Amino acid sequence: MKKYRFYVLMLLGISALLSSCGNQGDGKSSSNGALSSTGAEKSYVAPGEHDEFYAFISGGYSGNITVYGLPSGRMFKEIPVFSQFPTSGYGYSEETKPMLNTSFGFVPWDDSHHPDISQTNGELDGRWIFINGNNTPRIARVSLSTFETEEIIELPNSAGNHSSSFITENTEYVVAGTRFSVPIPQRDMPINEYKGNFKGALSFISIAADNGRLNLEFQLIMPGFNYDLSHPGRGKSHGWFFFTTYNTEEANTLMEVNSSQNDKDFIAAVNWKMVEEYVKNGGGTKVPAEYAHNVYDEHTHTATSTMKKEVITVNPLDVPGAVYFLPTPKSPHGCDVDPSGQYIIGNGKLSADLTIHSFDKMIAAIEGKKFDGDAYGIPILKFEDVLAGVVKSGGLGPLHTEFDGKGNAYTTFFISSEVVKWELGTWEVLDRQPTFYSVGHLMIPGGNSAKPFGKYVVALNKITKDRYLPTGPELEHSAQLYDISGNKMELILDFPTHGEPHYAAGCPADLLAPNSKKIYRLDENKHPYAVLTPDQAKVTREGNEVHVYMSTSRSHFTPDNIEGVKVGDKVYFHITNHEQDFDFPHGFAMIGQNTSELLVMPGQTKTSLWEPKKVGVWPFYCTDFCSALHQEMQGYVRVSPAGSNVPLTYTLGD
Amino acid sequence: MKVVSRSLAIVFSLLLMSCGGKEEKKKEGFSVDRTKTTEKPVETTPAADATPASTRIDLSNKGIGPITSITLDSEIDEAMAKSGEEVYNQMCLACHRVGKKFIGPAPDGILERRSPEWVMNMILDPEGMVKNDALAKDLLMEFNGAPMANQGLTEEQARSVLEFFRTLK
Repeated sequence: MKKYRFYVLMLLGISALLSSCGNQGDGKSSSNGALSSTGAEKSYVAPGEHDEFYAFISGGYSGNITVYGLPSGRMFKEIPVFSQFPTSGYGYSEETKPMLNTSFGFVPWDDSHHPDISQTNGELDGRWIFINGNNTPRIARVSLSTFETEEIIELPNSAGNHSSSFITENTEYVVAGTRFSVPIPQRDMPINEYKGNFKGALSFISIAADNGRLNLEFQLIMPGFNYDLSHPGRGKSHGWFFFTTYNTEEANTLMEVNSSQNDKDFIAAVNWKMVEEYVKNGGGTKVPAEYAHNVYDEHTHTATSTMKKEVITVNPLDVPGAVYFLPTPKSPHGCDVDPSGQYIIGNGKLSADLTIHSFDKMIAAIEGKKFDGDAYGIPILKFEDVLAGVVKSGGLGPLHTEFDGKGNAYTTFFISSEVVKWELGTWEVLDRQPTFYSVGHLMIPGGNSAKPFGKYVVALNKITKDRYLPTGPELEHSAQLYDISGNKMELILDFPTHGEPHYAAGCPADLLAPNSKKIYRLDENKHPYAVLTPDQAKVTREGNEVHVYMSTSRSHFTPDNIEGVKVGDKVYFHITNHEQDFDFPHGFAMIGQNTSELLVMPGQTKTSLWEPKKVGVWPFYCTDFCSALHQEMQGYVRVSPAGSNVPLTYTLGD
Repeated sequence: MKVVSRSLAIVFSLLLMSCGGKEEKKKEGFSVDRTKTTEKPVETTPAADATPASTRIDLSNKGIGPITSITLDSEIDEAMAKSGEEVYNQMCLACHRVGKKFIGPAPDGILERRSPEWVMNMILDPEGMVKNDALAKDLLMEFNGAPMANQGLTEEQARSVLEFFRTLK
């Protein structure tokens, strides 16, 4: 026995020695090992240290935005935008239900795609981030001081709100184009009469400089193509907006085949300043429409929803000189404009090459009236006249391009799973790195503005496969972070994302961190049901509605015991968190409630509805571990039968 | 054969014992730790301080925090006291009630037990006080470990709350 143990120990010892030797050998000899060790250093953010960049990654079918740190790839927060979010009560609380109101009623979900940060003079200014809801067309504005959704506007006449939400150079407009063309106005008609009858709406939503309020100023009613992606002109091309189109065939069935027939589709160039001027002078047609405009007020902590009844539509033929088509090969997907505003890049997703148009050449061609016919009256420019160059990449399926501000561009190739770095002007390919796998968008902080921060690029992939431990058939999408500060891109980190990330937006941490709100001030709380001092806490009854004006602080509810509630009542808990210290939310959850908990931030008021169905004494409690006495933070509601005479009382410590 | 198996059995049981012994030791260690931690506060509290922290009088202790020295006017500034009462009602009432031990101690008569500096430091930096001031630490234990919340008062607001406390006799 002893001998046996000895042998086992010896064997273990030897194998440990062997394996440690092996590891060392691997680390030194293989370039992968060396790469990953420097990658670890470059992406490592020590405990307690902060990241250099924020990354806001769209959640796709989660309907939300997730906030990450770069280079660590750590997720900090999920911001609920278009989807109910039980973690905070967004879309469940009485205050936030109106945020998800639409002309179709309450829509608790959407498909969020393209976040874009507000800009001043073409540079990120960190006031707001915008994102589109693709399914039930909506645009949201999120505050970058509270990291909360403040406003959502629905878009009439639009469907598949995909070429959205992109910001003009001074945040004058957030622009949203329709992917699906539809009958405008909507009407009962045969689908196979699509051609010539369906239209595509491009929406220009103004943004008030002081408070960010959105207003749908006008919709340009374009031919019935699919408007896929868009980006604003900047610098010299400020005042223009560029949209890629596909399905210029105007097919309506078996689209995979039928909308891939034309050798070239278009990039639509829209001179929005011209259209804006036209509308300002009374141009356009006011038409009936129905769309919701939902605004959340930071001081009342409450959202209101207003249904709008009309919109101004503009026929592009009524504003000559405002819209042109730039022929672009093979169903272009991404539409990206370089930091100088000179180059407009169309990524023909069924092509191997990238097409780069020149803004200067486009203007010259327009001035020279060199047209190659028209589409529904909109002039088509000659491909050769506007072409600046072609990147012969050797990759397959180019989708999106970002810029590093140092004269280079980075394009993703979906089919060949790679990021290709190339030089603006020479169109030469400088480097290529594989992604894992099937990359969609990519993001360089500020990479689609006049001033990119070209240190990292994040590749946002569609397929994960073997990158992480398997978690059943469904996997989170993988992202890869590359250091692009040198001549060659270097893969330094691989991290999972949440939902399906489409586009992302990033900015230096110091643009946002100093302005990030820590608490809501209690003395600025204008919620109509707020309890501003605990002695105002009360319970009132109006018919079968019971309003509980409740306050919280570590670690009790005021009041904590309530009697006189009856089966069939509607009980509204209006909860004001009296904490005034950073990171001290309190939660609220009631047994059997047909809604989510609430998470109430310091100084904030939120309301939860409970409709008691059973007689008894039912507890509620705080869901957020708030202090050593958190487990004591609870209360009871006594529920009596309907018609009972138990008086309404509320107490704390009596 | 018997001998061999016997000795083997002994070896085996020794092995088992050594394992068993380790486990027991672990248990012991764990239970010793537990008694230690529960005894700790009793050990560190000097015998002389058998009086509850809330009734102890210590007018020389200024506490540890942003306030090092305050001079109080002999006259109470009524306007300041009034605005102090408003701040108190909004920020403090959840836990402190006049004339009544509530979540925390009652504020009336506080200046007969504590220096004005100590009171303001407790308001302005409760986390720091609980960490660094022995009396504040004892108070936390006396009040069931319910921590005093930092309500983010400005120095001016804290001063006005202090003035309000002077009106409470």
